[in-house]
Amino acid sequence: METLLALTIGALTGAAIYLMLAGNLMRFIFGLVLISNAANLTIFAAGRLTEGAPPLIAEGADTLTGTAANALPQALVLTAIVIGFGLFAFAIVLVFRAWTTLGTLEPDEMRLAEPPEARP
Amino acid sequence: MSWLLSLPIAIPFATAVLAFLLRDRSAGRWVSVGGSALLLLAAALLMRATLAEGVIAGQMGGWPAPFGITLVADLLSAVMVLITAIIALAVAVYALADIDARMEHLGYHALFNVLIAGVTGAFLTGDLFNLYVWFEVMLIASFGLLVLGGRPEQIDGGVKYVALNLVSTILFLTGIGLLYGMTGTLNMADLAQAVDGTDQGLLTVVAMLFMIAFGVKAALFPLFFWLPAAYHTPAFSVSAVFAGLLTKVGVYALIRMFTLVFDHDTGFTHQILLWVAGLTMVTGVLGAAAQSDMRKILSFHIVSQIGYMILGLALLTPLALVGAVFYLVHHIVVKANLFLIAGAAQRLTGSTELSRIGGLYKSAPLLAVLFLIPAFSLAGFPPLSGFWAKFLLVKAALEAEGWVIAGVALAVGLLTIYSMTKIWAAAFWAPHPDGIAPRLSLIAPRERAALLAPVAGLAAVTIVIGLAPEPFVAFAEAAAAQILDPSAYVTAVLGDPK
Repeated sequence: METLLALTIGALTGAAIYLMLAGNLMRFIFGLVLISNAANLTIFAAGRLTEGAPPLIAEGADTLTGTAANALPQALVLTAIVIGFGLFAFAIVLVFRAWTTLGTLEPDEMRLAEPPEARP
Repeated sequence: MSWLLSLPIAIPFATAVLAFLLRDRSAGRWVSVGGSALLLLAAALLMRATLAEGVIAGQMGGWPAPFGITLVADLLSAVMVLITAIIALAVAVYALADIDARMEHLGYHALFNVLIAGVTGAFLTGDLFNLYVWFEVMLIASFGLLVLGGRPEQIDGGVKYVALNLVSTILFLTGIGLLYGMTGTLNMADLAQAVDGTDQGLLTVVAMLFMIAFGVKAALFPLFFWLPAAYHTPAFSVSAVFAGLLTKVGVYALIRMFTLVFDHDTGFTHQILLWVAGLTMVTGVLGAAAQSDMRKILSFHIVSQIGYMILGLALLTPLALVGAVFYLVHHIVVKANLFLIAGAAQRLTGSTELSRIGGLYKSAPLLAVLFLIPAFSLAGFPPLSGFWAKFLLVKAALEAEGWVIAGVALAVGLLTIYSMTKIWAAAFWAPHPDGIAPRLSLIAPRERAALLAPVAGLAAVTIVIGLAPEPFVAFAEAAAAQILDPSAYVTAVLGDPK
């Protein structure tokens, strides 16, 4: 299971970096979504993987017995997904706005804030 | 005591809600000012309590550490919260004149207060994942503030700011995940003990992830390019609060993590920090020398000044950390003030582009004096606050036998004077190219007071720190001692280990 997750994380990160370096804002956003999912999977995998072991305390007992799924990484991933959703929603709207006001999606052509030096 | 810890976070949030509801009335802006004043009071109380009782910790929701979320204030956290409150109040007053009704309708005051809540939350939290959440609160509010108004330059700067900060966030998250996998805890005090038994090589890898993530936030070389691309585009109030506080949260996080948790292999990690500090100082100051717009020059100077603080962390001697803490406090006040002054200069002369402005010394001598104080302090002139900050750091570098880095720090100080004189000569001394005399009396009296009162207040803070540095240095020494020996911090959070 760990191996499968590790390979998935690797593939997601690789694809994400390729997209993010492509020099186009829309691709950058897609890359960002992929790499954030890779980060979420990393948290998930780092917090001990179990199969079919819900963390339920048996009736009459006070504590968990034996191995059980770790609920904390799942809570962390959930939080990260929610926060990520908000950030990506903003980023996509910003990219759309950049396209309508600046007329381009290539960051290299966005030089309004930092105009290139006028050649003498 | 936990109410003292949660107040500096709760007050700005409550203010934000109120200010949003009242955003179309003039009461909205006064809510923002009042909220900031309350925050200052709460921060002062917190500071008094930390001075009297040492490190204060509170467990949210009654869950004992390390299971619940801990809020904790040592001297460093307390002073950062206090200085945040001072800047918040100054900028809230300044915004009375700087922010127009349209920006207010779009929710400027609400976003501003959410930003402040994020900053104080990041300073007070004792939980790593909670720190991530506060970073996000701060980030999303700063995104909103940066593009508020929607001028094309803002969108352009915003794209670069958002993109690089999101990447840093994801690295931070990955680092948290890996660190949790290695230690099974996210409480920073607990982490400080738990990392001892782990694979030290892997720990260094995780430390580097954190260094890069916080390095982007703190605008370290070579990760600072989002800063000069964005900071000169938004409203002056916004760029002042960004310049004062945002990068410093990154510096604070670096200081916290690289003294509390990642102090296992300082020969490697702090050596890298030392190189980064030197390069940050040099590239920042050279970048500034090449600019001709007031706000762009000041933006690059943020980068170069961050290098000094990281130098203090990298040397990791008691004196160096004293210097770093002193520098943080001094720099936040001075830098925010310079951006506020740039705003007043733009209001008077119509631009911040140095070739298009001038004549301020003759027609607005008060503003000229107010500019000289933070500008000379930034460059490190005695007896202003910047002199003591640089003096402590250079002395620490010499004591640690870092001759080269001490030389670099001094040379960068000289080049800072060059940039400040450039602004002085063009904006203040030279006559205005259009021949107008930009008098302060051209601004309506109430607006003039709102613009100049915060500037004068922050300049007074700079002078007080400069003329009577001893209590501040003594305070920085106590703060640095707590940072270097985290046992008090750990005990306050986890209880007495018996």
